[in-house]
Amino acid sequence: MRGLYAIYRKELGQYFVSPVAYVVVGLFLLITGHFFMVYVSYASGDQPDAPSWVLRAVLQLFALIFLFLLPMVTMSAYAEEKKRGTLELLMTSPITELQIVLGKFLASMTLFAAMLLPTAGAIVYMWMHSDPAPPFRVVLGGYLGALLFGGALLSLGTFLSSLTENQIIAAVLTFAAFLLLWAIDFGVQAASGPTGQVLQYLSVINHYDDFTRGIIDTAGVTYYVSFMILFLFLTVRSVDSMRWRRA
Amino acid sequence: MIEVENLTKAYGPVTAVDHVSFSVHKGEILGFLGPNGAGKTTTMRILTGYMPATSGTARVAGFDVFTDSMEVRRHIGYLPEAPPVYPDMSVATYLDFVLRIKNIPADKRRARVDDVLEKTSLGDKRNQLIKRLSRGYKQRVGLAQALVHDPDVIILDEPTVGLDPKQIIEVRHLIKNLAGNHTIILSTHILPEVSMTCDRVVIINKGKIAAVDTPLNLTTQLKSGQRIQIEANAPEKALQELLAQIPGAGKVQLDTPRADGHIAATVEAAPGQDLRSLVAAKIVEKGWQLYELRGVSMSLEDIFLELTTDEVAQPQATN
Repeated sequence: MRGLYAIYRKELGQYFVSPVAYVVVGLFLLITGHFFMVYVSYASGDQPDAPSWVLRAVLQLFALIFLFLLPMVTMSAYAEEKKRGTLELLMTSPITELQIVLGKFLASMTLFAAMLLPTAGAIVYMWMHSDPAPPFRVVLGGYLGALLFGGALLSLGTFLSSLTENQIIAAVLTFAAFLLLWAIDFGVQAASGPTGQVLQYLSVINHYDDFTRGIIDTAGVTYYVSFMILFLFLTVRSVDSMRWRRA
Repeated sequence: MIEVENLTKAYGPVTAVDHVSFSVHKGEILGFLGPNGAGKTTTMRILTGYMPATSGTARVAGFDVFTDSMEVRRHIGYLPEAPPVYPDMSVATYLDFVLRIKNIPADKRRARVDDVLEKTSLGDKRNQLIKRLSRGYKQRVGLAQALVHDPDVIILDEPTVGLDPKQIIEVRHLIKNLAGNHTIILSTHILPEVSMTCDRVVIINKGKIAAVDTPLNLTTQLKSGQRIQIEANAPEKALQELLAQIPGAGKVQLDTPRADGHIAATVEAAPGQDLRSLVAAKIVEKGWQLYELRGVSMSLEDIFLELTTDEVAQPQATN
């Protein structure tokens, strides 16, 4: 546990001494803040169910921004350690690969949560000023969904960063992989029958969509949790395999 | 403390380390000497648990590096070729992080950091960001990292690279002082470093061990006869003839005479023979002036080249 915490602490510290955390969090809040105002002014007519509509619009916007910002959070996770040679320090210290991988992943999740947290201000604002109040289920489902969805993307990005020594390549690979996952959703709309159902289950964005409607579905939770476990497991294997490769 | 037996590491078709066996006693400093690419780093990486060997066994502090990797890692401090530092951390934060991943409890960390900063004379750089340090200081931070948790075994891959001459002397001193309480393996391709710091030397070439001995034994054992250097005022040809006729003399080499008529010559003698007095007598007999005469034993450098170059002498690059 001490080893895991040491890695976690170090990673978090590194986010905040480098510009990464400030750029990611700052950009995220700027964009979501701006669009929140835009959506509110749209909805303030006599649209029925306006609070739910605004919430959903904001939550869907989250997903789009994650696509661009989250690769920046994970790109350096292993690529930089390999390039600097610090991975050799970690791997000759009495800590396991699992501790390294989990420590790093939890740190990226913490940064991610720190990025979502200030948006709660918008929710509070809606609670104070909108009538009817925004439905609690949508707020809860939306944020839970965002955490799970973002976590899944972060686990994938972490894995891809372990494959290369160059953080730009890691970021580009991650972005490409996110786009590809997105593209499954187009397939869902095109296909029908069993194929469509399978694609629908596999679509990383489709489950998130359910959450933004306030539907907290075990299928969705299972999907994202399995996704994270799969890619964290692959990352552990990938980090371990570095021992067999010629440096 | 360290026992290595028949250690072999192959990267696909390339055998980097080939049936290497040696042992290091507690408190000893072992030098790992070899040209670049000889397999020094690979051997060290196997000992530190960074990579597995293809075959053979290695035990560090009584633990097998393959089956008990975690235990081995607890007993080891390792400085890789490039200091494994995080540029955005301060020196003290970095060392504290290293102590944390080495599983050192919180109440001991502060004292350990203070202690190692003093040992490596980094006290005044304590709160500096590592990226603002010069290369020599970074190397010292790397060294501090290998010592900070007070490990039984310290493995240093070229610890003096990138340091200025003064720092090199300091680091060698530091390493010498660590011996006794710690068992140390250090690799280098700088020969004086080995004769100055190490108790024993392993010369490794192309993945194989060429020799294991004390620096002193290596020099005496392998000194294939003495070499005598002469400076005399004598006619070139006659001197050459005279020296060649001395019984027991081998190869005779003459430099071109200097303007003042002095000429330098080297005579190689067969093993176990001291020709110095004979050479002196012969020269004086001829009525020539003898200005210098001295026996030169082969330096570690010569031995190293002898052991690590192929039969066909390769032109030696000068640096």
